[in-house]
This record gives sequence, C-alpha cells and structure tokens, in this order.
Amino acid sequence: MTYQADDRGYYGDFGGAFIPEMLYPNVEELRSQYVQIMQEPSFQEEFKQLLKDYVGRPTPLYYAERFSKKYGTKIYLKREDLCHTGAHKVNNTIGQILMAKRLGKNRIIAETGAGQHGVATATVCALMGLECIVYMGAIDIERQAPNVARMKMLGATVRPAMSGSRTLKDATNEAIRDWINNPVDTHYIIGSVVGPHPYPDMVARFQSVISEETKKQLLEKEGRENPDYVVACVGGGSNAAGLYYHYLDEPEVGIIAVEAAGKGIDSGESAATSALGREGIIHGSKTLLMQTDDGQITEPYSISAGLDYPGVGPMHAHLFRSGRGEFISVTDQDAMTAGLELSKLEGIIPAIETSHALAIFETRKFKEDDVVVINLSGRGDKDLNTFIEYFDL
Amino acid sequence: MNRIQQKLQEDKKLLSLYFTAGYPAINDTLSILTQLQDNGVDMVEIGLPFSDPLADGPTIQASSTAALNNGMTTTLLFEQLKDVRKTIHIPLILMGYFNPMLQYGVEQFCAKCQEIGIDGIIMPDLPLAEYETDYKAIFEKYGLINVFLITPQTSDDRIRQIDAASDGFIYMVSSASTTGNISGFGNTQSDYFKRIARMNLKNPQVVGFGIKDAQTFAAATEYQKGAIIGSAFIKHITENGAESVAEFIKKIR
Ligand SMILES: Cc1ncc(COP(=O)(O)O)c(C=O)c1O
Repeated sequence: MTYQADDRGYYGDFGGAFIPEMLYPNVEELRSQYVQIMQEPSFQEEFKQLLKDYVGRPTPLYYAERFSKKYGTKIYLKREDLCHTGAHKVNNTIGQILMAKRLGKNRIIAETGAGQHGVATATVCALMGLECIVYMGAIDIERQAPNVARMKMLGATVRPAMSGSRTLKDATNEAIRDWINNPVDTHYIIGSVVGPHPYPDMVARFQSVISEETKKQLLEKEGRENPDYVVACVGGGSNAAGLYYHYLDEPEVGIIAVEAAGKGIDSGESAATSALGREGIIHGSKTLLMQTDDGQITEPYSISAGLDYPGVGPMHAHLFRSGRGEFISVTDQDAMTAGLELSKLEGIIPAIETSHALAIFETRKFKEDDVVVINLSGRGDKDLNTFIEYFDL
Repeated sequence: MNRIQQKLQEDKKLLSLYFTAGYPAINDTLSILTQLQDNGVDMVEIGLPFSDPLADGPTIQASSTAALNNGMTTTLLFEQLKDVRKTIHIPLILMGYFNPMLQYGVEQFCAKCQEIGIDGIIMPDLPLAEYETDYKAIFEKYGLINVFLITPQTSDDRIRQIDAASDGFIYMVSSASTTGNISGFGNTQSDYFKRIARMNLKNPQVVGFGIKDAQTFAAATEYQKGAIIGSAFIKHITENGAESVAEFIKKIR
C-alpha cells in the first residue's frame, strides 16, 4: 500500500487526466518523459546546484522554542520562507523550467493566486531568458499589488483573468486556454499539485526536497528522522505534498492538513474543500472540489489568496478519504491571530497561508514530547497590507 | 440505427449547429431547435453550460455564464426537452463538460438521454482512456454515440485509435485553439483536411471551430462530411435575437 501516485496518475480514486483532446499532445509529451528526464544525472545535478546556489537550500529546520513553550510541545519550523522569492513555490518552478528547456519549449505560461507562484515563475524565466506570461485573476491583481509589480520587474507579462470569479480558478482556466492555443512552443508551469497527470506527481517530486532535508535535519537534532507529526496548510497542496512526501508511507508519522475555513465552514464563505467538497473534475483532475448539486464549480473564499481554491490536489483528496491525513480547518480570524503571534514570539512574520497551519495549536493538543514539524511555507511581506488593515497597525 | 448514423449516410454535406441551452433566455431552447430544423439544419449540438468551460473562447464562455445566471441546470434542460421528439426529428447531441454529467450520475444521465431521444454525447474533457475503461458500457447500453475530438496535433496512431473507438463521426477541431478563436482557414487547415481524408477512416469526419460563413463552410466540407458552427451562431443570436435563426442559416447555405 502506498500513498504515492500510480502510473496512471491516480491516488486511490483521485487523479487521472480529464483533458480535452486539444491538450493531449502536450500532456502526453510531458507524461511520457518526466520521470526519465528527472532521473537523468545532468538534470539532477543542475536542479540541485540551482536549489543550493540560487534558492538558498537547504532551508533551516528551526526549533521554535518560545512558540513550543507556549503550546507545550516541540515545534520545528521548516523555513521555506527563506527560499529566494519568499516561499516554497520556487522549488517547483526551478524544476519545471529545467523540464521545459529539456522539452525544447521557449514560452512559459503560469497561473497565480497570491502572486507567489507567478513571481517564482517570472524569476526562473528571467534566470533562463524565457518569455513568461502569468495569468492572474483581476481581483487578485488588486489585492496582491506588490507581487504584480515584482513580476513586471522580472520581465513577465501579467494578464488579468476577467472570466468567472476573477480569482485563482479562473486564472488557471485562462492558462489552460492559452496552452490549447499554443500547443507547440509553450510549457505550462502549474503552481501546485493540481491539474492533469503528470502534474500532481511531478510537482510533488520537485517539492519533495522539503521532506528529504527535514529527515536529515531532524536526525541531527532529535536523533530520529521521523517526527510525530507533519503539518502544512493546503491550498492546492504543494507545500504540504513536499513536507509529507517522504513520510507518506511511514505510518508512525501523523499527517495534518490545514485548510482555510474563511469566515467559518458553514458561513458560505469558506475554502475548506475536504469539509465542503464532493468528488468531481476540476482542471483536468478527479478530486474533491466545492460545487453545486448541478456540478458547477463554486467560489471559495479565504482571506489568503493562496488558499482561495475550490479544489485540492488528488494526493490530498486521497489522504482525506483514506483517513491517512487529519484535516483541520482554520478561520481567517484564527489564522491572522496566529500570524501575529508567531511574529511576536519568534521574530518571524509568516504568510497568511502559512498562518493557517500555525493556528491549529489553540484547539489541536499535542503531547509534551511530540515532535511536530510545520512547513513555514512563506513569508508575510506580500501580506503586510492585509495585516495592517486587519489589525489596524 | 441511431439517427446520427442514419444522417451520416445521406448523400450531402451536413450542417450542424451548436447553441448553449438557456441562452439568450432560459426558455429559448425549443424555439431555437425548431427554427434550426425548419431551416434545414442537419444536426444540433445542445450545449449544457458549465462554470469552467476550459476549451471555450470568450463567446461561448459568456453564453454559458449567462445561461447559468438564467438558472439553467442539467435537470431543467432534461425537463425542457422531455417532449422534444414530438416535433424535432433531426439528430440531437448533448455537448458539455464532464463534471455536471458526473454529478447527475453517468448512468442516470445516459438513461435520461435515451428516454428523451438524445442520440449522442460530446464531452471534450472525457478522454478516450477513461471513457473506454469506465463509461463505454453505459453509453452503449443506452444507445448513445460518443463523439471524440481530434486536432491538427493528434498523431496518426491516436487518430486510428479514436476511429476504432468511434461509432458515428469524428469531430475534427480545425486548428489548435479554443472555440471562436480562429479568423479564417489557410493552407495549414486545407493540408490537415486533406491529410485526414487520405487516412480513409471508417468514421466520417465533421469539422468544427472557426466556421462562420458560406466560405468557411465550403472549405471545411470540401474533404469532410460536414461542419459545425458554434461561436458565430451564438454571436449572431446575441446581436439579432433568438428569433433570427433563419437569417443566419441563409448566409451559410
Ligand atoms: C506561502 C504560501 N503557502 C501556501 C500556499 C498554498 O499553495 P500550496 O497549497 O500549493 O502550497 C501559497 C500559494 O500561493 C503560498 O504562497
């Protein structure tokens, strides 16, 4: 029994590639080659070198002493916020840009919600001198203005998604449409473990460096590779997939996934997919998603743009359904409070996405000698305006 | 024999029209179908609107959003169509995205189609492999023809596979694009049309995407059996109203 994808891209009941025929050649080209390309020694060498010299890996595994004390358990923070560009997203974009080059593509497209993945994509395109077009919901363009400016400085074109709710889901639709219209020269860098096979598995593999490092670092600090729990916020689920990856098939490691409850699960303004979603198809993947009885995809809501997605990656849908993962949802308010608290206790200002994961300790209790690793997926710079408005700073 | 198969045997080029159910107004479905039949259209694709139509360009997206805002649902469309076979005799195909069908229940959906007299289904995001392993038996049980798409990028091998899996016609997407995104046909298209014609497939082909007038209809049907018009027709009824179908068809043939 494994919690990894099978060769058709299924995690249990979830995954696959529900794509229109127009996308088949692109996706098939990638599917038939990604594992082989990733395993080439020259690919591995270049990937690792860039992660080290450009991204700044390995990121520290930091024992958060004051935060631990407050909650009476041992809490480690995996410091993805210290990655170049400020979040884990760049691990994936470095991997995918190398993949795109090996596939001979010279035009890159991406979708973005918070703008973190857009910035990470624009960054690697600048690094490699490739054309970059980022689709972003018109509403997100407004609420994440600093990241829009960063993408522009990096030479990317930011195209507003004007359809539907004008947020991440619609930006993803627009990116997919772009790929349909540009099937030969373009690679689509998806920003999370979502989309048709092979994306969820490929992105998880690129992000798996997070748990690969965590194992070594924890061995040094605690004398054991396996913590009692790994905790991460889940939007699409890429930072979570990266932290869980090497622990998925280690039953003694508890997996905790934290979703955005928005204004509350029953408020009608939420993004807690495991609680509110049903099985269906979104962006080419069979997974859990928020939808009407009629099968129309509904609008999620979260204060954090990066968690504002109506689906989850198929890996997480399977972790939920199989019971392997424990799913907790956290409201806007509790997340914001936890973000402020970590800033005061540890001198680390987290992204609002990450703050959701930090908020579980108020209600989810751990034993004193439990070792809990949280993925500190990103830093809060991009969210300063939201923090300022929320707390009247 | 299914109405689609019968129609394909007629010795003529087929004109097929797509429209989004529930657009422009929620109750236009039957009136549009009647006008299409009265004006000699051979076959119709009735679009079941979806919130996230990722193979569609702005025109069909906008009509889908409007139809959903008007209150269109799968259940309501079936309700509107329940007596359709009392008056409409041309082949009818439901076209949409797979998620609404999945939520309705694939078997229930197919059973309902048979009960109403729907002849075929086009679900662009239900791929060949998934169809064959999980759903083919159900479609066949209810006498529904599933129509697959090919594009200029589809390899010969895959076209052969799709041909083998098809039992009606193959929907030839005229160029690599979303709907409504092509300004006209050039050499690339005519090479593609010829290449597919030379493959001697067992299923006739019907061309879609980019057909908007007599000229593009003629080009699309030079080597193929028929052509489907979608975005151009939606644009026409957006501008001229749902009662103006005849005017549009007269410009095509
Ligand atoms: C810092 C941070 N954490 C988490 C996420 C959520 O994405 P995922 O669930 O793929 O990690 C985002 C997305 O923008 C992010 O910027």
